[in-house]
Amino acid sequence: MIYLDHSATTKPNADVMKAFVQANERYYANPASLHEMGVDVNHLLNRSREQVAGLIHTEPEHVVFTSGGSESNNFLIKGIARANTHRGKHILVSSIEHASVLETARALEKEGFHVDYIHVDKQGVIDLDDLKEKLMKDTVIVSIMHVNNEMGAIQPIEEIAKIVRERSRAFYHVDAVQSFGKLPIHFNDELGPDALSISGHKINGLKGTGIAALRKRTTIEPIIHGGGQEMGLRSGTVAVPQDVAIAKAARLAEQHRTVNVQRYTKWRNDIHAFLERMDDVYVLSSNNGAPHIVSCSIRGIKGEVIVNAMQRQGVIVSTSSACHSKDTQISHVVQAVGVPDEFARGVIRMSFGEGVTDGDIEQFKEAFSNVVKQVRGEIKTHEMA
Amino acid sequence: MKWHEILVRYGEITTKGRNRNQFINRLRDNLKSTFKDLEGMKLRLERDRMYISSPSDDEMNALIERLPDVFGIQSFSPVAECATDLEAMKALGKEIVSGLDYEGKSFKVNVKRSYKKFELETYELNRVIASHVLTELPGMTVEMKNPDIELRVEVREDATYMMVDVIAGSAGLPVGSNGKALLLLSGGIDSPVAAYLMMKRGVTVEAIHFFSPPFTSDQSLGKVKELCQIVSKFSGKIRLHVIPFTEIQQTIQQAVPKNVSMTTTRRLMMQVADLVREETKCKALVTGENLGQVASQTLDSLAAINAVTTTPILRPLITYDKLEIIDIAQKIGTYETSIIPFEDCCTVFTPANPKTKPRVDKMEYYESFTDFDEMIAKAVRNREVHVFPKKEVVSDFDDLL
Repeated sequence: MIYLDHSATTKPNADVMKAFVQANERYYANPASLHEMGVDVNHLLNRSREQVAGLIHTEPEHVVFTSGGSESNNFLIKGIARANTHRGKHILVSSIEHASVLETARALEKEGFHVDYIHVDKQGVIDLDDLKEKLMKDTVIVSIMHVNNEMGAIQPIEEIAKIVRERSRAFYHVDAVQSFGKLPIHFNDELGPDALSISGHKINGLKGTGIAALRKRTTIEPIIHGGGQEMGLRSGTVAVPQDVAIAKAARLAEQHRTVNVQRYTKWRNDIHAFLERMDDVYVLSSNNGAPHIVSCSIRGIKGEVIVNAMQRQGVIVSTSSACHSKDTQISHVVQAVGVPDEFARGVIRMSFGEGVTDGDIEQFKEAFSNVVKQVRGEIKTHEMA
Repeated sequence: MKWHEILVRYGEITTKGRNRNQFINRLRDNLKSTFKDLEGMKLRLERDRMYISSPSDDEMNALIERLPDVFGIQSFSPVAECATDLEAMKALGKEIVSGLDYEGKSFKVNVKRSYKKFELETYELNRVIASHVLTELPGMTVEMKNPDIELRVEVREDATYMMVDVIAGSAGLPVGSNGKALLLLSGGIDSPVAAYLMMKRGVTVEAIHFFSPPFTSDQSLGKVKELCQIVSKFSGKIRLHVIPFTEIQQTIQQAVPKNVSMTTTRRLMMQVADLVREETKCKALVTGENLGQVASQTLDSLAAINAVTTTPILRPLITYDKLEIIDIAQKIGTYETSIIPFEDCCTVFTPANPKTKPRVDKMEYYESFTDFDEMIAKAVRNREVHVFPKKEVVSDFDDLL
């Protein structure tokens, strides 16, 4: 099987798994314990935290280990919004955020927060004028992702940060789950965001690992209360082996980023050129988007049908987002970018990652050509290999 | 930017009369030992200032980063270098000023033209560099007297040097210029701060710690060692004397009434410390004591503790508020280590209701029934001595991460 669904999840790196196993074997004590074994584990935890902090240019005390991207998004948005109601109760998100951002904002509405949604253009990039217009004096948090998971659009983080800083007192949160390891993203300076979410399993780490990070000391409320672990921001016995695993995965992802991006960019541009030549194919992603995501649709054909047909050809692709791939409804992202009706139900996504080869991309193109012919009835199913 | 050298301005040293050379030489020795890892470093001493240089750019950057931790330096300025060429000078001038918070500031260029054959006269050169910087970096005004930013340019035949940035040093006096004292180091927030303040006044600090296993753990001793490691960066070297204190402490519990056991403990610590002080040729004892913080820190209590020795006991934190102490601890980087919760020998045996006004005569009476001298001598004899800074140990964490 050729796996082209790395935006849904990735295969854990062998070294990451080895480190995870070793950390479990040797450093299983509780880092909060006073005894020597606990103290050692605590050192290991601190080192992991320092390593992550170094990669995203913040201080270790502003890095909280979580269970993944969704928890990080929940914690940062709820935590900052609830702790800063003195600044206001208005929340701004883009219309193409991940469900863990949109649903979190929706849940906060029940607590009296008011949510506005920023429009995007056909490429999925947010309308900065709309942002300026909707940014209020009482906006407390703006959450706009870095890379969209369904069609790879890149948002202008620096320009957004600049507008938010100049025109409001709001915090700027970035869901970097799809971009970390593919695009540079960190708290470098005034142009960076205030809060970042990162997921381990999207960067060849393990499921159940994530990072919520802040640029500087920020008033934020925990959502998990208890023994006060993680600087009091996320209670529960700290999963040090998981934290070691994500620290290692993050380091490797950054280390391999430049080389990987070159390969992914070449494949993406190549597939875009290939798709442009075909009739009845609508391409959502663009050469200005993320290097690792290609998204397209065949006129009048459901995404699910294409996924099944591609699978029979030995290539794994997905409908636009794994999270609602079982929904029959049209994805909110597809609606927001205004995909024509006859294409809206058929959006599929190919996403690259570690392990994909040039040959895999050639095979994908061949399989896709076959599938297109097949669904048009140009060749019969039983004639196919 | 290529740094040529760093100009160092002395601290209070310049006010010293005949001792001056002694102080400057001490500063030079301290710099040599603090930066002994920087192999290319060279020092050039003058009466009012010192110049530090290194052929390696990495070493120059390390110096700029670490000099603010050295006592006896009022301020210092990195001096940048470029070719003696008009375009190079203009570019460097702009580069240096652009690194500062220049908007809304007043500005002046001050050229010294040692190389008299240079194509432009001093005045012209002044004007050309200034107008280039002012056009490229708008938002500054020109001010001849007391400008906020003065770009100093020295034109020599082989190279041109520029300097603008004045970086504050730690001030104070070079460590060691004022003798040596022994500090009672507990592992809490206060005593490392006391060490730092004594070092700032030029005192070399040795440390003594009372260790009571199994009531206190190796981890709490580890914490004390970590604190020595941290404060050693301000002094170059610290010796830590670890006193086995369990026997004395257990004896105290049986020998004197519970509510004064804390006072007796402190009195015996002072006696132990005083013996170590004598052996190590220190002139004074130092504690992190502070008036009124806890029961043992009332004036009565300090008097009762003090009565065991005639050695000066210096208490640099005596008038500080807790928050002021925490501020310094955070600044010098000891706070995070100090607040790690481990039992130390003071907290394990703390009585429920310690006496806040112990009397010296009563204390002497209670203690007269036990012969502590032999125990004290034994504890001093059996002490362990560690020297800091220790080299960082490479752990196997690197493989995991």
